[in-house]
Amino acid sequence: MHLRHILRALGRHRIAVGLLVLEIAFSCAVVCNALFLIGTRLERMQRPTGVDEMHVVEVGVRSVTPGTPEATMAQTRTDLARLRALPGVSDAVVANPTLFGDSVSFSSVRLRDDAKAPSLPVAQYFGGAPLARTLGLKLASGRWFRPDEFVGYDALQNDTSAVPVIISRALARHLFPGQDAAGQTIYAFGTNRVVGVVDRLVQPMDYGAAGGYDYAMMFPVDLPYSRGTYLMRVDDPARRQAVIGQALQALKANGPLRLIAPRYATTLEAARAKYYRNDRAMAWLLVGVSLLLLLVTALGIVGLSSFWVGQRRRQIGIRRAIGASRADIRRYFQAENFLIATGGIALGMALAYGINLVLMRHYELGRLPGYYLPIGSVALWVLGQLAVLGPALRAAAVPPVVATRAA
Amino acid sequence: MFTYYFDLALRSLKRNKVLTALMVLAIAVGIGASMTTLTVMHLLSGDPLPGRSGHIYYPQVDATPAGYTKGGPLDMLDYRSAVDLWSARRADRQALIAGSDVKVSAPGSNQPPVMRPMLATTADFFPMFDVPFRYGSSWTTADDAARARVAVISASLNDRLFGGRNSVGRTLHLKDSDVRIVGVLDAWRPSPLFYDVRGGRFAQGQTAGFYGKPEDVFMPFFGALEVNAGNFWQFTCWGKVTTPGRLQNQPCVWVGLWVQLESASRAADYRAFIASYAREQKALGRFAETRVRMMHLMQWLDFNHVVPSDVKLQTWLAFAFLAICLFNTIGLLLAKFLRRGGEIGVRRALGASRRAVFAQCLVEAGVVGLVGGIGGWLLTLAGLWLVRRQPVEYADMAHLDLGMFGVTFALAIAASLLAGVLPALRASRVTPALQLKTL
Repeated sequence: MHLRHILRALGRHRIAVGLLVLEIAFSCAVVCNALFLIGTRLERMQRPTGVDEMHVVEVGVRSVTPGTPEATMAQTRTDLARLRALPGVSDAVVANPTLFGDSVSFSSVRLRDDAKAPSLPVAQYFGGAPLARTLGLKLASGRWFRPDEFVGYDALQNDTSAVPVIISRALARHLFPGQDAAGQTIYAFGTNRVVGVVDRLVQPMDYGAAGGYDYAMMFPVDLPYSRGTYLMRVDDPARRQAVIGQALQALKANGPLRLIAPRYATTLEAARAKYYRNDRAMAWLLVGVSLLLLLVTALGIVGLSSFWVGQRRRQIGIRRAIGASRADIRRYFQAENFLIATGGIALGMALAYGINLVLMRHYELGRLPGYYLPIGSVALWVLGQLAVLGPALRAAAVPPVVATRAA
Repeated sequence: MFTYYFDLALRSLKRNKVLTALMVLAIAVGIGASMTTLTVMHLLSGDPLPGRSGHIYYPQVDATPAGYTKGGPLDMLDYRSAVDLWSARRADRQALIAGSDVKVSAPGSNQPPVMRPMLATTADFFPMFDVPFRYGSSWTTADDAARARVAVISASLNDRLFGGRNSVGRTLHLKDSDVRIVGVLDAWRPSPLFYDVRGGRFAQGQTAGFYGKPEDVFMPFFGALEVNAGNFWQFTCWGKVTTPGRLQNQPCVWVGLWVQLESASRAADYRAFIASYAREQKALGRFAETRVRMMHLMQWLDFNHVVPSDVKLQTWLAFAFLAICLFNTIGLLLAKFLRRGGEIGVRRALGASRRAVFAQCLVEAGVVGLVGGIGGWLLTLAGLWLVRRQPVEYADMAHLDLGMFGVTFALAIAASLLAGVLPALRASRVTPALQLKTL
């Protein structure tokens, strides 16, 4: 192709060409960054929790009239017996906090029994004996809690001397790099011996002050229902809604008047969807804006290309008259568009990194990975070729006889 | 002249409908996107107490043990410091606040009991924050001191429990106590819910929660602590909590103090007062640090980064989008004007000045902007409708007010004129002779 000729011809339309290049550059930069943002949101939404989420449902119950701690605990035990007896439920437990809930609690973890030692805030879970089974957690090393290690909630408040702890593998690696954490001791709730390490356990919700999302620990605590949420493991995911209904009825029938609302009963899957709804909405918004942006850019290319075709009808006629084929004319406009798009993409790359730097400074966002750039360039090249196809075909349809008419 | 240009512009726009439609569409979409986000930004970053926010301050002292916090004091106060500062009455108005959920029912109402957020506060809260009343009024400072069993309820709770009728004097059952209703609020929806803003710098930009609705029950502070003991929320604690929800003697911060100081000198005095309080407490051995902080309301909102980072990102995105739509419009206008080179040449040859041609082209661009603005306004309404359907706390407040309606058209016309300048300049530089020769 005679690229030199095309370039010279473009030189005669500097402003229009400059505008197209800028438009493509801007689109390329914004689309690259939008794709990157969509990617980070999707990644965030798919973060694993280490919990077998498809099999867990939760029911929150609140007391209406306060009873003695002993009475509440006795009520909790009969509640749990009823819940475990429900068809399809293999385990039930009271835990606090729940994943994707609206609360999180941290304890400062130190490696020495010294308030001045460096500390790390770590999210903590309390739960009864079947907690690990109910959540489907996987042990990486060490062992689960022994039945005799569970303490009552009130005992925990009054005496924190030696509650054992199970920590997440990420936390274990952070605290004890290169060693097996099982058997070590940390100082969080008094003196806590690490008896086990689970593959993965995460914070119930994102919270700025913590070290990492996957730093978490759990303590063996038999909670009264008023201090936690009932979690149930359902063998067949299809029966989760049915189990929630039965659980609400069973709890209502068992014991005094309490606040048992369907609002606080949900599957963990639904809780996850609700927790990430803003991320999902943002991702869709970015998808929508990117598509609109590409559409607007395409319309701009169509508009200006049509204008050029109209302006050059006579020249096209002359070229056709002296022997250029329709395909030559079509290819000329396609090549022209390719050149403009290439210029725009080159500028767009630089701009994309610029925008990324600004975003990195203002939002907690990583560096734009390199592979977004080829994606963005291919998208804009294809878009340009699609947009120019109509005008190029119209140009190709100009009959040679135009050359003979007066301009 | 202007009407003539306007007429010419309409004729010219009618001549090439596709190009005109593309330009109008580009402006409309760009304006729709940027005005939707701008309206949300305007809503979220506004002053919740216009005219008086500069006199409202949030004093803080630090009761934590040595080395517990880096930087300034924690976002709330411990009970003793809060009550000490409040009882000193050194400000023009002062209100304590503490939050909890309380079980609410109305004797005689067939509605089941519900858990509702309650704000324990003091009498100055209502006049200080200009809270509107539908029925009755606030309680008095004497009620604060007497730990009176009285309450003010929100309009929505009044609707739910009493069908919206005047419930002043009726009884409300809160947890295990009966309280007398002394006031019912009118519709009140400050944006953000400024007096409950705290902890924003730990929220990683997820601050939509600051735009929730006000509490449904307001009760005198000390009375509320008795009525709903065991349910109060802490901001954070630095030691073991032996009586959760009953935090008066616990190593926790959980009480907020808002003060109104009418002049700069009063504010300076108050600053000196809390600094001397901190020194005195350190001398007594209760404080380890003498750090204090006192920001006025807008500074405090800023400090807590109240505008969610997603919203800021959306605004940037929308304006980038508008910029691309503008590039597009510039290109299309250029094509349109230059295609009429012959016509412009004739006008120039007949004596039209460059300025006249320039003005004519700009009027045409402005007309595109006006029509695009109408499209942009409709798209903004659609965009805000989408925002209202989002699961965010501020969703119900996303409406286009009159000011933003005006801004929509101003922005559309300004954008299209801006886009028109370069093409109009090019068109006005058309040389008459060259064009006439090729005609």
